[in-house]
Amino acid sequence: MRAFVVAVFTFLYLPIALVVLFSFNAGHHASEFTGFSVQWYGKALSNPFLVEALKNSLFIATTSALLAAFCGTAAALGLQRVGARTRALFDALLGAAIVVPGVVIGISTLVALVQLFAVVNPFLAELWPTDQPPRLSLGYGSIIAAHGLFSMALVTMIVGTRLASLDRNLVEASSDLYATPLTTFRSIVLPQIMPAVIAGFLLAFTFSFDDFIIAFFVAGAQTTLPIYVFASIRRGVTPEINAIATIVLCASVVLVLLAQWQLGRRKPSP
Amino acid sequence: MSETGHKPEPDNATGGRKSAGSQPAFSMRGSLLRKNLMTALLLAPATLWLVVFLVLPFIAIAIFSVGERAPEGGYQAALTFAQYANLPARATAFWNTMVLAPVGALACLLVAYPVAYYLALRAPQRWRLILLAMIVIPFWTSLLMRTYAWMYILGGRGIPALLAYVGIEDLRLINTPGAVLLGIVYGYLPLMILPIYVSLERLDRRLLEASADLGATPLSTFLGVTLRLSLPGVMTGFSLVMILLLGEYLIPTLLGGGKVFFIGNALVDLFLQSRNWPFGSAIAITLVLVSVVVLIVANRVSTRLSGARRVDLI
Repeated sequence: MRAFVVAVFTFLYLPIALVVLFSFNAGHHASEFTGFSVQWYGKALSNPFLVEALKNSLFIATTSALLAAFCGTAAALGLQRVGARTRALFDALLGAAIVVPGVVIGISTLVALVQLFAVVNPFLAELWPTDQPPRLSLGYGSIIAAHGLFSMALVTMIVGTRLASLDRNLVEASSDLYATPLTTFRSIVLPQIMPAVIAGFLLAFTFSFDDFIIAFFVAGAQTTLPIYVFASIRRGVTPEINAIATIVLCASVVLVLLAQWQLGRRKPSP
Repeated sequence: MSETGHKPEPDNATGGRKSAGSQPAFSMRGSLLRKNLMTALLLAPATLWLVVFLVLPFIAIAIFSVGERAPEGGYQAALTFAQYANLPARATAFWNTMVLAPVGALACLLVAYPVAYYLALRAPQRWRLILLAMIVIPFWTSLLMRTYAWMYILGGRGIPALLAYVGIEDLRLINTPGAVLLGIVYGYLPLMILPIYVSLERLDRRLLEASADLGATPLSTFLGVTLRLSLPGVMTGFSLVMILLLGEYLIPTLLGGGKVFFIGNALVDLFLQSRNWPFGSAIAITLVLVSVVVLIVANRVSTRLSGARRVDLI
């Protein structure tokens, strides 16, 4: 059994390791490693389209993860104060946001936003004082919103789990000692849930930064890093993509390890 | 199935009920009102988001699915089931998906179970967390990049080129159903391992000892106790992987190379290329309905067979 487990871990990590290895290949082909070189990293980072896509992805991931961390934490706190029925309804919707495949989220958001813009844009044109009214269209906003849906549900679940294991005695002691609800929140609740909020933010960032399929539908004229990589993979595999893949993989690993570390902190159970 | 589980379950909702129960302590109406207002404020952004970006879009595609395609593409209002009647036009995509999704999920399960079993019950304590982290990391790593890795390996300059050195020529690995299946197992293995691990880790080990003390063979202990009690995790993993596979696009596109079409490919085509939105919406609604059926069946199976509720992923 141990041999099988070792084989599975090799299966999981060998392909990634090969991509990382060949991103440092001086030669062009996957079949032979001709020497160590960082030329593909230089090539990748001097490609203006790629850098633009990377910047877009960073902006979108940061914004949607921040929004999700804020709204998700608020929702998790709010859900503690409602009845079982409201809670069940929210849990079902949040579960749906996580489980529904990205393809469906992507197309339904696309359809709804296009219809919405078709209604709102003529209004804006009518009401705008000057000749050049703003036109709402797909782009940063729609990607951020669609990513935010999954991310917010994720943060709500992670923070909700932490809230459920919160030490109630401290909260009660705090209000017995005449602390205002705000003080209790700031000095008792917030410090205890903060690791979960940070972990949620990091995972939300990772999700948004890595997502291809949802952005593919709602990006409009914008390009994110995964969309750019997908397009260039379809044109042909180049060592340059290995370099980008390595950068993205390293970023994900660091973020996930940070998130796990945060979640592991102050855990009441061993 | 006589033993319905009367085990006290960890209940996440306890916190909510407790604070709701403490409301009567605030006897003043103003305070109660302020409390409700606060709750509403806390829930408002999430509610807005869920309604605008989940509920309304879903209603939108439901409406589109009974509409007609406008001559220039897009949507024209109508009330017809023609789009649903037209579903067989994409029969190949449905067939490929409906075969490879369950087969892929099953293959994932067969590989995942021994790993989860080892991690939960056999691994040395100090290795357990490290190994678990090594499962979680791929789960959160870009599926695009991980699928790309296999494109690189299976592609003409990867394994086939290596095999050519030893005399095996003209072996085609990429752009085959086998490559897609490999990509599926690779991509979704972590998602299968995690819920099974969680259910095995919660297993009461005294039951295993009791079973052995009562003379059960290791095999019957495994079948009667371990496997049975881990079924909720198995069904959670299986249904999650299956549902995500039903909507998969990247793996068949990159490793199937236009030869193995999934429903996801049909949807991308209908929404982004041929712009037949009503037909695409009908396919999407069908996809969601199939997913719901999968979830219900999986939930039933695990409740029926193990007498326990399903495990949550996180």
